[in-house]
Amino acid sequence: MAAGSTLSGPDIVETVRRRWMFRHPLVIRLAHWLNVVCLAILLMSGLQIFNAHPALYWGAASTFDKPFVAITDDQRDDGTPRGIVYVAGHTFETTGVLGLSNLNGQQAGRAFPAWATLPAHQDLATGRRWHFLFAWAFVLNGLIYLLYGLGTGQLRRRLIPDGDQMRGFGSSIREHLTLHFPEGEEAKRYNVLQKLSYLVVVAVLLPLMLLTGLAMSPGVNAVVPLPDLFGGRQSARTIHFIVTNLLVLFVIVHVLLVLLSGVANNMRSMITGWFVIERKKLPAGPGETP
Amino acid sequence: MTPRLMTPRLTPRRLRIPASIALPHRRGFLTAAAGLLGVSALGGCDRFAASPTGQRALKAGEDANLFVQRLLLTPASLAKEFPDSEISPWFKPNGTIEPPDRAYKALAAKSFDGFKLRVDGLVERPQDLSLSDLRALPARTQTTRHDCVEGWSAIGKWTGVPLAEVLQRAGLKPKARYAVFHCADTMEYAMSGEEEEEEAEPEKTANPSMETRLEGAENQASDSQAAGAEAPKPEDEESQGTPVRYYESIDLTDAYHPQTILAYDLNGKALPVSNGAPLRLRVERQLGYKQAKYVMRIEVTEGLNGIGDGKGGYWEDRGYEWYAGI
Repeated sequence: MAAGSTLSGPDIVETVRRRWMFRHPLVIRLAHWLNVVCLAILLMSGLQIFNAHPALYWGAASTFDKPFVAITDDQRDDGTPRGIVYVAGHTFETTGVLGLSNLNGQQAGRAFPAWATLPAHQDLATGRRWHFLFAWAFVLNGLIYLLYGLGTGQLRRRLIPDGDQMRGFGSSIREHLTLHFPEGEEAKRYNVLQKLSYLVVVAVLLPLMLLTGLAMSPGVNAVVPLPDLFGGRQSARTIHFIVTNLLVLFVIVHVLLVLLSGVANNMRSMITGWFVIERKKLPAGPGETP
Repeated sequence: MTPRLMTPRLTPRRLRIPASIALPHRRGFLTAAAGLLGVSALGGCDRFAASPTGQRALKAGEDANLFVQRLLLTPASLAKEFPDSEISPWFKPNGTIEPPDRAYKALAAKSFDGFKLRVDGLVERPQDLSLSDLRALPARTQTTRHDCVEGWSAIGKWTGVPLAEVLQRAGLKPKARYAVFHCADTMEYAMSGEEEEEEAEPEKTANPSMETRLEGAENQASDSQAAGAEAPKPEDEESQGTPVRYYESIDLTDAYHPQTILAYDLNGKALPVSNGAPLRLRVERQLGYKQAKYVMRIEVTEGLNGIGDGKGGYWEDRGYEWYAGI
């Protein structure tokens, strides 16, 4: 498993009831927590930026009266205001959260509510500054992670499913649905669904965020015709928003599974590097009685 | 797989802690730490952004953006030009839609017959160019995408005189570095003595959005050039203090870019008032708020210190990037 990843000391330590394995090297742990900070700030400042024009379009230019998605407010038949989300011809009422929400004790027409945006009040200029600063942090952090992961083989070991895992795809789905996670030997590596979802995030979703983000820059466009890759600048903006939603979905599932599959062990391993496998669930070694 | 796996059972002292006892404490500590961190991070962000250190840190991202764009963009990199079939049916009029200023209204009433573009500052031969003078100069037509800082885009066909032509006629002095654009539209009125107080609030909510938002309850002024304060009323112009009119600036790299033009036509017709008549700057590799409308005077300068609050533009002085390429 994790070979040569510690500067000193063993990667596996046996104690009376537990097997301690060194799972996450320092670079990976740092990259993980920096990414938590970056993605949180990028998300919230991104929602602030979205609020400045809370509508999405497809193509190169905006079709103002025919958006693909819009989060806004209008009035009910009785004249009271309501927040709405409009998606491809369908309208959903979302008063209180989207379109119309509480700001300093008053109802305010704004796409995402104050608690979800950075800054809380509408301030596009500051939102952009947060977004760009942490976009840089995110990119540098991601580059270090990728270079380290490729160089040490960590990336392949962590994210590419082994042959036997692919054959056990169906049973892994069953395990997730019944919330019975691998124990003992099998807990030493990420399971197949875990590997594949991390792979999609690392290799597809996060790079897509960067590319669709850059595709919105008129400056970068003059050097690299990125919008053409995505069907135009407004399409790139829409994809940027959709992938944001996918990442939020990933984070929700990720955190849920961390909670369900042993929060203390998972948290310790991502903070100190050490992951514990209960000994009673390990197969008996030579000379041991089960 | 590795020799390490075969390591005989080692029990270093540091791992001998009865983990079952240590764990609950650690778990409690971690949960509390994570919670504290989360709360203070969210509450602290705004305070951080307002502090001098925070301002400097946030500015670092902007500086990095400018650095990379300067590295990537050559004078020859052109913004994409679109076929006429992609022209937006409606080019969203943005910012100031109708300048409230009396002098401008008088010009507009006579179809800008008396309009003269003043070119001065660090030039050898100051110029006063009428619209027909400008139309007599070499022209460039380009169908480009206009990207608002808010996020929306519109495609329009612009015809105008390359800024380089105008600057060449005027002749730059050796110290010239920037072209500053002084516009006709009043954005707000500066009160003598209490400018800081007056501007503090609008700064927070102002937004160079390129559209008129009717629903912007918390964002009373979200128009591009017209934002920042209550819409100025021409009737009591004098009583409200000194008018602050829109201003913008670009450096000579952008000023001499082939797609940087002073546009007088939009989609083959004379530029409408709502889109910046009689003359509007097009700097195609930057965002909408750089595309100054109602340009009356171009001042060539060595620096940006004397212009507004010194950041190079009306919106720049309110927190937006001077180099708006992203």
